[in-house]
This record gives sequence, C-alpha cells and structure tokens, in this order.
Amino acid sequence: MAKGVKPRVKVPKTAAAGETITIKTLISHKMETGRRKDGDGNVIPRSIINRFTCDFNGNSVVDVNMEPAISVNPYFQFEATVPEAGEFTFTWYDDDGSVYEKKKAIKLA
Amino acid sequence: MNFTRRETLAVSGAALAASVLPLNLMASTPDLISGITGGAEASSTGISLTAPEIAENGNTVPISIDAPGAVAITVLAAGNPTPGVAKFNFGSGSGSQSCSTRIRLAGTQDVIAVAEMADGSFSAAHQTVKVTIGGCGG
Repeated sequence: MAKGVKPRVKVPKTAAAGETITIKTLISHKMETGRRKDGDGNVIPRSIINRFTCDFNGNSVVDVNMEPAISVNPYFQFEATVPEAGEFTFTWYDDDGSVYEKKKAIKLA
Repeated sequence: MNFTRRETLAVSGAALAASVLPLNLMASTPDLISGITGGAEASSTGISLTAPEIAENGNTVPISIDAPGAVAITVLAAGNPTPGVAKFNFGSGSGSQSCSTRIRLAGTQDVIAVAEMADGSFSAAHQTVKVTIGGCGG
C-alpha cells in the first residue's frame, strides 16, 4: 500500500429532488509514472491509481480509467443528479491492489 | 566567430535533437482519433475541451471536457511517451457528461478528447497546449 493516501470528497449535505450537484474529489497519491529514474539510474517502478468510480445508491455516476498521465494527487470534478436521499460511494483502485473507499450521505432539502 | 569544438558539438547536437525529436515522438492527431473511433469519421461538434493555451508546469495542466449526450470520453495527449490519459464512462446517475481533472504533459503538444455518443457516433476536439517545463521526469 502506497504511503500517505488520503481521499477527500466535497459533496453538498442537502439537495432538492432531481437536482444536479457538483462533486469534487481529490486523493493524495504520488502517481509514480514508471518513467522516472532514481539517483543511481534505476527506473522507479510504476505505482498509480488506475481506476476511480463514483456510485449513488448502486447506480454508476462516473467510472474513470486512468493512465500515468494523470497528475499527482488525482483530482476530479463532475456532476451527478440526486433523485432521492442516499449515499455516494467513491472508490479508488491502486496498482498494488489496494482499494480506497469513501462514502458521503446526502439528504433531500 | 570562432567556435571551440565543444561549442560546435553542443549547438549542432541541440539543433539536431530539436529537429528530429518532435517528429519521432509526436503521434499524429488524426491517427490517434481514428484509433479510438475504429476508423469512423468523428464530427467536431458536440464536444468542448477547455485547456490552457500556455501551461507553465507540465506536471499539472487543468483540463475540462463537456460532451452532452456522451456515454464515454477518452482523453489523449499526442506528445506524451504513452498517449493515453484517461477514459471517462458516464453512468445513469451522472448529471451532465462533463468532467474536470489535471493531467501531465511531456511538452508542447495537442490534447485530444474523443466522445462516444449514445447512438454510436463520435465527436472529437483537440487543442494545442504550450508547455514550458515538461512533466514526465527524466
């Protein structure tokens, strides 16, 4: 497991039924591309988060396949519709098999 | 003007690298787009790609893509060692087919976005980003 991985998510606490809300996510991760070399000229092995998904009550909102060209601390901003009260599940999949998960509940206003 | 051997080598080497490298490294934009669409024609409407004209730091270049009605958007960077950047698949819960993120660019190059629409057609947009400091290490 990569060190210092911390997911952060910004979701409004309430929304009107059917409203479109903006979600911002950021996860601290060094996103090693596998192209850099250390001081001795050895290639530093690739270690990135290769997939990110967001679900709302089991329905997919967005599913992102990521390549090494995504910057350090991957940041995503996207929009979701909220038909009912429920819970957003955010999941990040690491190259080393680790899975990082964060949940955010939202109420109807 | 008197050049020393060292200066001559340095100048000619740099000129050679500048003239040859972009040709070798840059995959052409139309080729990359047709690689995604499977040879189908991609229209230029229905998708917008927002990227800075000049990025001082190639390590984090903010981009945003908006393609109403798309089921998936693929982002490519033509001049990176590996052109793939990310693929966004939009599900039933998405409020709009748009997304913002930050990407790495190795140098001045085209950033390409290809959207696959719900009816199976494709739309593509590209923009050239000037990069002052490349973002791929090495």
